[in-house]
Amino acid sequence: MNKNKCQHKDYRFKVANREALIGIGLVLFNFIWWFAFAYGLGSKDVSEYTYIIGLPAWFFYSCVLGVIVMSVLVFAIVKSFFVHVNFNHEELEDK
Amino acid sequence: MNWAATMTLFGSLGLIFLIGFIASRRERTSHSFVFDYYLGGRSLGGFVLAMTMTATYGSASSFIGGPGVAYHEGLGWVLLSVTQVATGYFTLMILGKKFAILTQKYQAVTIIDFLKARYHSTLIVLLASFSIVAFLFSAMAAQWIGGGRLIESLTGLNYHSALFIFVLTVLGYVTFGGFRAVTLTDGIQGSIMFIGTLVLLIAVIIAGGGISNIITDLQEANPNLITPFGENGTLTPTYVSSFWVLVGVGVVALPQIAVRAMSYKNAKSFHRALMIGTIVVGVIMLNMHLIGAFARPVLPGIEIGDKVMPLIALEVLPPWLAGIILAAPLAAIMSTVDSLLLLVSSTIVKDIYINYINPKASNKKVKRISVGVTALLGIIVFLIAVNPPDFIIWLNLFAIGGLEAVFIWPIIMGLYWHKGNKYGAIASMLVGITSYMLFQSFYPEPFGMHAVVPSILLALVAYVSFSFITQNRV
Repeated sequence: MNKNKCQHKDYRFKVANREALIGIGLVLFNFIWWFAFAYGLGSKDVSEYTYIIGLPAWFFYSCVLGVIVMSVLVFAIVKSFFVHVNFNHEELEDK
Repeated sequence: MNWAATMTLFGSLGLIFLIGFIASRRERTSHSFVFDYYLGGRSLGGFVLAMTMTATYGSASSFIGGPGVAYHEGLGWVLLSVTQVATGYFTLMILGKKFAILTQKYQAVTIIDFLKARYHSTLIVLLASFSIVAFLFSAMAAQWIGGGRLIESLTGLNYHSALFIFVLTVLGYVTFGGFRAVTLTDGIQGSIMFIGTLVLLIAVIIAGGGISNIITDLQEANPNLITPFGENGTLTPTYVSSFWVLVGVGVVALPQIAVRAMSYKNAKSFHRALMIGTIVVGVIMLNMHLIGAFARPVLPGIEIGDKVMPLIALEVLPPWLAGIILAAPLAAIMSTVDSLLLLVSSTIVKDIYINYINPKASNKKVKRISVGVTALLGIIVFLIAVNPPDFIIWLNLFAIGGLEAVFIWPIIMGLYWHKGNKYGAIASMLVGITSYMLFQSFYPEPFGMHAVVPSILLALVAYVSFSFITQNRV
C-alpha cells in the first residue's frame, strides 16, 4: 500500500508519534496528581481539614499547585524533547 | 441602566469590531477566498494560536455558565473545571505534527476535508456534516444565550433586546471578517480574559475579606461547599473524573478546535502555542470558577446561575471597570460563536455545496453564498435562543459530548492506525451518536459517569472491530 510506504519513509511521523505518546503520558500524570490530592486529602471530615493560604489543602495541591506543575512540566518537556520539523513537503525539497 | 458599565462594554466591543474589519480588508488581496475565509491561510503564530484555542474553548459555558454552577456547588465544581487544563496541551500534542503534515499534504481546510481524504467515503462526509450542523446549533444557541444574559445583567435591558444587540454585533463582524479576523481578535480577547479574570478574582477576594474569611463563610453556609463533593455531596469521584473525557481529552475531537490545529505556520509556533496555551487555559479556568465559588458569600441569593459573573463584577468593581472586564467573557462568547458559525457555514458551503452540488462555482459566487449562509445561520440560532433555559452550561456540554462521540475515533485512529478504514469509521460514528443519544435520553449517568464516556468506548469497539472484519475487502 502506498500509504504504508509513505509512513515508513517519513522520519517526521516518528517524531509526531513520539510527541503524541508524551501527550498521553502527561495527561495520565496530570490525572493522578489531580485525583490523589483531591480525594486523598478532601475525603476527610471538614473539621479535620488543614489550610494553605486560606484554601483547603486538598484544593490547594490538586488545583492551584496542579495547574502550576503542569505548566512548568509542559514548558520543560517542549523545550527539551520536541523537535522542529517542516510541515510542507515542497519546503523540504527546496532545501 | 448602568451607563458607565454599558459605555465601556460597548466601547471595548467596538474596538474589537474595528480590528475585525481592518483584518477583513487585508484579506481581500489574496486569491483563494475559501482558504483564507475559513483557515486564515495557515499563517497563525504561536501566541495567536494559543489564544484562539483558549478563546474558542473558553466559551460561554466556562465564562458565564461555569462560574454560575461553581456558585451553587462550591469548590467541588472548581475541581471539576480544572480538568480543562489538559486541553491546553493534550489537543495540540495528540493531533500534533502528524495532523499538520497530513492536512497540508491533503490540502485540507476543514476537518471534513481531512476525513474525506483519509477515508474516501461520501457517507462519512455526509454523517460528519450532519453532526456538525446539528450539534453546533445547540452549542451556538448556548453562546447566544450567554451573550444575551451578560448584556441583560449589565445594562438592565430586557433579555430579548439584549440578545438582539448581541447577535447584530457578532453577525456584522463574522460575516465580513472570516477566519483571520476571528483569530486575530481572539489574540486580543484571550489577553483581556487572562488579565480580566485575574483582576476580578482579586477584587472578589478583597470584597469577601480575604481567602480565609471567604472559606469560613462558605463553611458556615454549608460545609459541603469546601469539599470536593458539591453542595449536596452529589459530585462523586467517578462523575467528576468522567469530565476528564468530556472537557479534557475528548476536546481533541471538537471540529472547532481541530481546525485550529491545522492553521499554524510552523513547528515553532506549535511549540510556543503549547507552552502559552497550557498556562493561559489553566489560569483562566481556575480563576474564573474560583470567582464563581467565592461570589456566594459576597453576593448571596442569585437565582439564575448565568447571571453570577456579570452581577458579581458590578458588585465588586467600579462600573466602568466592570464594563471593560466583562468585555472579556463577552469577547470569548463572540469568538466562540464566530468560530462555530464559520464552521457550520464552511460545512454547508465547502463540504456540501462545492463538493456535491456545484463544484465549478466561481470564487465570487462562493463568497456570496458563504456570507449569505453565515448570516442566515445566525438568524436561525437567534430564534432558538429566544426562550433560554436557566443554565446554558448543560446545553453546551450536551453538544460537546455529541461531537466527541462522533468524531474522536475517525480522527485519532485515522491519524495513528493505518489499518483503520472507512467501514470502521462509519460504524464508529453511527454507534457513537446513537449510543450517546440513547444514554442521554434514558440513562443520563451510566455507571455514575457522564454519558460521553461509555459512548466513546462503544464507538472505539465499533471502529476497531469493523476495521478488522472488513480488512480483506479493501
